[in-house]
Amino acid sequence: MSDGAEFAIDEKGRRLALSGNYLVSTIAPVDTDLRAIDQQLSEIDLSKVREIDTVGAWIALSLSRATGGKIVGASERAQRLIDAISATESGGEVAAERAPLFTRVFEATGARVDAARRGTIWAVAFLGQFLLAAGTLLRHPRRFRTKAFVRQMELVGVDALAIIGLMSFLIGIVIAQQGAVQLQQFGAETLTVNLVGRITLRELGVLMTAIMVAGRSGSAFAAQIGTMKLTEEVDAMRTIGISPMEALVIPRVLAVTFMMILLGFYSAGMAIIGGAVVGELALGIPFGSFLSRIKDVVPIYDLWVGLVKAPVFGLIVGMTGCYQGMKVEGNSEEVGLKTTNAVVFAIFTVIVLDAFFAVFFTNVGWA
Amino acid sequence: MTPDEHTDEGKPIEGAPDGAEAFGDPDINRHYERYRGEYPIVVEGLTNSFGEQVIHQDLSLKVRRGEILGVVGGSGTGKSVLMRSIIGLQTPDEGHIEVFGRSLTDGDPEEVVGVRNRWGVLFQGGALFSTLTVGENVEVPLKQFYPGIESALMHEIARYKVMLSGLPEEAVSKYPSELSGGMKKRAGLARALALDPELLFLDEPTAGLDPIGAAAFDRLTKELQATLGLTVFLITHDLDTLHEICDRVAVLADHKVIAVDTVPNLMKLDHPWIQEYFNGPRGRAALTAQALDELRKHMDKPVAVNAIKALDNDAGRKA
Repeated sequence: MSDGAEFAIDEKGRRLALSGNYLVSTIAPVDTDLRAIDQQLSEIDLSKVREIDTVGAWIALSLSRATGGKIVGASERAQRLIDAISATESGGEVAAERAPLFTRVFEATGARVDAARRGTIWAVAFLGQFLLAAGTLLRHPRRFRTKAFVRQMELVGVDALAIIGLMSFLIGIVIAQQGAVQLQQFGAETLTVNLVGRITLRELGVLMTAIMVAGRSGSAFAAQIGTMKLTEEVDAMRTIGISPMEALVIPRVLAVTFMMILLGFYSAGMAIIGGAVVGELALGIPFGSFLSRIKDVVPIYDLWVGLVKAPVFGLIVGMTGCYQGMKVEGNSEEVGLKTTNAVVFAIFTVIVLDAFFAVFFTNVGWA
Repeated sequence: MTPDEHTDEGKPIEGAPDGAEAFGDPDINRHYERYRGEYPIVVEGLTNSFGEQVIHQDLSLKVRRGEILGVVGGSGTGKSVLMRSIIGLQTPDEGHIEVFGRSLTDGDPEEVVGVRNRWGVLFQGGALFSTLTVGENVEVPLKQFYPGIESALMHEIARYKVMLSGLPEEAVSKYPSELSGGMKKRAGLARALALDPELLFLDEPTAGLDPIGAAAFDRLTKELQATLGLTVFLITHDLDTLHEICDRVAVLADHKVIAVDTVPNLMKLDHPWIQEYFNGPRGRAALTAQALDELRKHMDKPVAVNAIKALDNDAGRKA
């Protein structure tokens, strides 16, 4: 006798004898054949079954139901198991019910529209709360959380110096090197200085910094505040009489707004240094003269363009992060979702606004 | 129809999902004999530490076949770490762990796989996969270990396991997020029972349940243990659970198991933590409750009726 499950039907075809081990591990090979038995049986004999578990008991039970056979020769254990599971009926689904495709399409569309509507209301409410809290702080400046503000500036600004510096330096190198290749075709490689200086101060310095800060700090805001909401820390603050807006949101938003100005300028500076390194090594422009040429070829309003955009981008990154964090409700999965939302929305908005700024500044004559 | 051709074990099973090859030799997942030895779990000289912090030092414990062993201890005494060590989620610094007579600490990984389908684990929060329905959750271990089972039978197994765990039939197709805390625990139990294990690990099964739900879960544990012939390793803080369903209780303190015995015997021991635990106000209340339950079974005898009155008054005055 093998270790598997076996069965035999006697010559008259009325008596089914199961033998061997009827376990979850042995049932697969005989299951289909047992289900295929369609004649009426009088008895199902379990006396030769050695080991049985609930799966074996279930097979015997459903056979008995399907063929009308009576279970005989069951051991004490087998009978106990059969009794325990006899409340369950055969057949049935385990997957969740799904509406038809037609319904689901409209359901999903409706859900999105509704989410957009509620999202707008929440965003406006958040903005209102933020302005109210800011107004309160203006009237009671002593309630401003200086410590939190300084701490956030350190996290957003100082801690990001290395990564933003490296990123900008490399971008400067890439622009200078790629620009020089093209400009050399006109014998105008000295214009690389104009290219690097203007594009980094006007556009790339601030834009790349905003993207980096959104990824580094915007996501952190959403995750921190979201986790605090889940652990009811935000509710605890409210009951003690601390406004979460004042304690959590305003210091973060102000810190990122302020630090974006410094980081944007720093980033542009590092990119120019990267460009100067390429000039020295590949174009034969000495490092010092590359830097002094910048002063001559880059109009001062390019710096203003960058510095006007920087705090606006910072405000967007900070507000989005905090807003998404405050929206977290329910479970930990939400934290991940809202953090992703914060980063995606912040970067998207920053790039769209940057396009508007580009057109605007050109039209006001700062071309 | 000759059954022999269907029991040919070397034959690859058609339609098996990709996971089937993961274990190589299918025989490793097959066990035909229930464990008949006396101690399905043997822990010897277990030492665990996290950095400087020593959790276990030379801890030894034997779990008897067919018993419900309660494991108690103060917070941070390493109850969960002990369970995690036994089920292989935590590699111990030193020591020897045997489950079903096979060594988990120095056996080869293939052997451990052969043990893994013979135990079920209920984690504290249920640890259900949130993207699957309850029924699909129960099917996960079945699909992993026995990919040859037809989906119709798989669904049926999932359904009766869910009902065996005391959930209503509709719960099978619900997602974990649609269930209450108590129902999640039961769904987790159904998944733990999916492979018809001989050994069941429960990590604080009644924590976070209301007293009625907790009592019902205790009854369910006891019933299933008797019906399925399980050995249960149960971590708990619930004194009622200890009194009601545990055959023996292991007490963790001072980095080891300081005593393993029945509750009445433990109460006689002269260890400060044990005394405080079982003879503190909560311990006594649980004991009184259990005594009342016992007495109510014999209401026909006047002695019992008088005793109940006396105990009720006593409890009333304290409250």
